[in-house]
Amino acid sequence: MACIEARGLRKAFGRNIALDGINLRVEEGRILGLIGPNGAGKTTALNAILGLTPYQGELRVLGRDPWTERDQLMRDVCFIADVAVLPRWIRVSQALDYVAGVHPRFDRAKAEGFLAKTTIGHGSRVRELSKGMVTQLHLALVMAIDARLMVLDEPTLGLDILYRKQFYDSLLNDYFDHNRTIVVATHQVEEIEHVLTDVMFIDRGRIVFDRSMEELETRYLEVMVRLDQVGAARALKPMHERQAIGGNILLFNGVDRQQLAALGDVRTPSIADVFVAVIGNQHGAVQGVVQ
Amino acid sequence: MNTQLNAVPESSLESQAIDHGSLPSARLLYWSIRRELWENRSIYLVPLAVAGVALFGFCLSSFVGIWEEPLRLNPAKPQVPYDLAAGLMMLTGIVVSVFYCLDALYGERRDRSILLWKSLPVSDLTTVLAKASIPLFLLPLIVVTVTLAMQWIMLLFSSAVVLASGMSVGELWRNLSIIQMWLLLFYHFVTAHVLWPYPVYCWLLLVSGWARRAVFLWAALPVLVIGGFERMTFHTLYFAEIVGGHLIGNAPVMDMAQGSMGLDPLTTHVTVGRFISSPGLWIGLALSAVFLAAAVRLRRNQEPI
Repeated sequence: MACIEARGLRKAFGRNIALDGINLRVEEGRILGLIGPNGAGKTTALNAILGLTPYQGELRVLGRDPWTERDQLMRDVCFIADVAVLPRWIRVSQALDYVAGVHPRFDRAKAEGFLAKTTIGHGSRVRELSKGMVTQLHLALVMAIDARLMVLDEPTLGLDILYRKQFYDSLLNDYFDHNRTIVVATHQVEEIEHVLTDVMFIDRGRIVFDRSMEELETRYLEVMVRLDQVGAARALKPMHERQAIGGNILLFNGVDRQQLAALGDVRTPSIADVFVAVIGNQHGAVQGVVQ
Repeated sequence: MNTQLNAVPESSLESQAIDHGSLPSARLLYWSIRRELWENRSIYLVPLAVAGVALFGFCLSSFVGIWEEPLRLNPAKPQVPYDLAAGLMMLTGIVVSVFYCLDALYGERRDRSILLWKSLPVSDLTTVLAKASIPLFLLPLIVVTVTLAMQWIMLLFSSAVVLASGMSVGELWRNLSIIQMWLLLFYHFVTAHVLWPYPVYCWLLLVSGWARRAVFLWAALPVLVIGGFERMTFHTLYFAEIVGGHLIGNAPVMDMAQGSMGLDPLTTHVTVGRFISSPGLWIGLALSAVFLAAAVRLRRNQEPI
């Protein structure tokens, strides 16, 4: 069974179309990065998956309809919406008590274990904690839930680099296993690149790219081409070209590595490079149509 | 480090085996109500503070004459300060209920914590019922308990003063008929200050789940608009009087003798039948149910502000 399955998922806010007929399928045991520019529809898509917003089209999460069965679904799903949702008045001990009280799959000892590695005191109120500590607390609460799907929406927004790195490290080391699925939406792509198994680009309410990381690594190649070779390289139809010191960098989709090696240094592009190429082409294509 | 890593999968397996499925809804309701108490400490702190101040005033008035005549210990009319104290507590209950309801479904959207609450397996129905139970059960329970405790302390203090002045305590206790006074207080509180104003509280809850700002203004708007329209066209103020009367507990729960203003068991005649059969009660309770159902639906749709 797929963990998340959507067909023709649509959502409009007035005249503004946030999701324009999305089809997607996320299998169990994957770590999916949902990447898109601001306002692309990432949060709307996640909100639909979490049962926080009504939608048109078909959507199943762990076999349930999230809009009508949110409370049952939340036994198997945990999420961090963004850093600032823990109420400022709550004490750490109260947060633990409450989640332990209402969640059948919450392992309090595990949460206390995570907290013991931090400097967060049980008696502190959230308003007394730093932004990074609040995220650590939220993550400790969420990671102690034995959920099948974890959804993270810009979980490290506004955190310094130390906390950001720690966040993804503990997620990978202490939480992930092959029975769980994680969906992360972010535009800080570099930080999650090494964590992901799959990547999706979303732009203007549509999924414009959907690949596993292996596919991305084998199909997409980037070559640093010296200026005298650019003509030959362009004949191979690069997806994207940008200028750098000492030559142009061309991004190819599905071109043989040997062939490219003759033109210059070949390397695997980062997600960010592929993202810029794909989204840039999309916008170019749309502009072309308009013209 | 190693042992900890090994321990984690085991414990998660265990918890999977033990807790598979759902928790009883009573337990979810219990924790939802506890969270309301954590968030809104005014529910118990304000009644306690008001009772403390009233007690202090009462004790002081027994000695010095700077306080108003009715507050002073007067063996001939022992009832008066007890009524005043109870009235003060009821007013406190109304004020705390109004402020609680105005913020109940608004505050969690304003501070975005709704996203945390909605990430847990607690339904919108449970959450709204937990919030609605504060002015229906919890706050009345606290106010009545604090009032009774306060009156008990007042009684002990009066007895001590009467004894010290060489009079008989028995007379004071007989004049007060303490048990009837408390029963009457309890009855008056449950009918006039819980059931009668409940539709107003549910309306405030509903608006707090809907308004994006200025909850009080939105809640008061229909009263102002309908009341204003009625005043201009018919030169009457029935609608405003009905709403206000419900809020302040102006219910047909008892007949009081002429000139008596308090809950004097000797002069007050309880009219349970008239209260139970009054349409105002049942229309109000039906409206409460409608408002709460609408609040549940709203909470499902609402996002942080």
